[in-house]
Amino acid sequence: MKYYSADHECIWLDGEVAYVGISKHAAEELGDITYVELPEIGHDLILGDTLGVVESVKAASDVYAPASGTVIAVNERLVDDPGLINVSPEDEGWICKLDNIDHDELDELMNEEAYAKYLKEA
Amino acid sequence: MEELRSTPIANEHVKLGARMVPFAGWNMPVQYAEGILAEHAHTREKVSLFDICHMGEFRVKGKDSAEALDGILARPVRDQKTGVCRYNFLLNEKGTVIDDLLVYRITEDEFFIVVNAGTRDGDAAQFRRHLPSGCTFTDESDETAKFDIQGPLSVEVIEKLGFKRETLPGYFKWIKGRIGSVDCLLSRTGYTGELGFEIYVPADKAVDIWNIIMAQENVKPAGLGARDTLRLEMGYALYGHELNLETTPVEAGYGKMLKLESGRKFIGSEVLVSSPAKKQLVAIELDGRRAAREGSIVRIDGKEAGKVSSGAFGPSLGKAVAMAYIYSGFPSSAGTRVSLDAGKASIDGVIGELPFYKNGTARKNI
Repeated sequence: MKYYSADHECIWLDGEVAYVGISKHAAEELGDITYVELPEIGHDLILGDTLGVVESVKAASDVYAPASGTVIAVNERLVDDPGLINVSPEDEGWICKLDNIDHDELDELMNEEAYAKYLKEA
Repeated sequence: MEELRSTPIANEHVKLGARMVPFAGWNMPVQYAEGILAEHAHTREKVSLFDICHMGEFRVKGKDSAEALDGILARPVRDQKTGVCRYNFLLNEKGTVIDDLLVYRITEDEFFIVVNAGTRDGDAAQFRRHLPSGCTFTDESDETAKFDIQGPLSVEVIEKLGFKRETLPGYFKWIKGRIGSVDCLLSRTGYTGELGFEIYVPADKAVDIWNIIMAQENVKPAGLGARDTLRLEMGYALYGHELNLETTPVEAGYGKMLKLESGRKFIGSEVLVSSPAKKQLVAIELDGRRAAREGSIVRIDGKEAGKVSSGAFGPSLGKAVAMAYIYSGFPSSAGTRVSLDAGKASIDGVIGELPFYKNGTARKNI
């Protein structure tokens, strides 16, 4: 199950670990991604904190924590291949993994259906 | 807000999956389906077609045209030979840049001038104000379509359009020709650093010509996004960024081309001779992929020393680059370490030399 924020982050669970990335829609809107600033491992993020930056040829965009948690891994592949986010958004193009997620915060996010509706209305 | 204008190719862009954006009052393709990085690489390796119909075209005719234009434009016009294109600047009385433009000498007494889209009306007003009554000025922008064919394989494409290789113009020269039954002007110029041509045809034939070029082997469309990264890698100035009403051509690094020491007089020349440059355009190579954007502050030893005019990831360089103005009094020589503000972070870099991309084929013998 995937959850989406109004700022177009995407978060999905694998057991107790959450993967955070940007949505397929956000990746398409940004176009070819050329740089990703990754968060530091061990950093405790609070909902809404800036966790990184995603840059495309034309624009830079902050990535916000869609839920609170502790950064336990970052996707090192994005350092040399930031375009992986365009190729495989919401999957191999994940930015970081979070532990100690606050599940109540996830419930505040949109599910796939609600996000699709949100995009249509925007 | 004024309604956006569309080029004759607008429908073709949509069919090709273009993402259209407003640019200088025009609805223009920023990229097509494959994206900016693919279009950039295709231009460097093969050949791309750009719709540049938004740009303006003027014609100046009359016995005194060369003399008159020599007094209006910052680079000499009088000594420009027929058949040659020359990059030039339209300045105001303050010596700052109203526009950068390309002047084609068509005959002894006739010039074709290509200007930026956003500055077209202001340019026309400036020419009309200063040209003597013996010269006629015509704005032919609405009747003229412009396409850029750019890339190492562009000669092969031009040959398929009916031109013979041995008749093709040399770098910064032009010829008249025909594609089928359509008259055109073809110049060996461009804005990418690659071997290429700019081609002018009547606007009512634009769609036909576009489709004929698109049908040629290896040709793919490229949008304004790739045009910008390609020109930035070459360090070519873009009006509104490196050049504007706060900047002189001397500050932008074109001082030597103006032949000020010869004593020639043109609009703005007195200020250029009497006032020292307030800033100097430099090339900055950043240490990684992260780009600095226009307006970012440049710091040298922690002090505010300048401002970025253009910045992006350079796809052919694998790292970010920027052009920036360094204020006078600060070091601007190659090798100077700088740091650029990027939001809360800062990006380190070093002043380098242009072009950033050194393997361009633009001047290649054909």
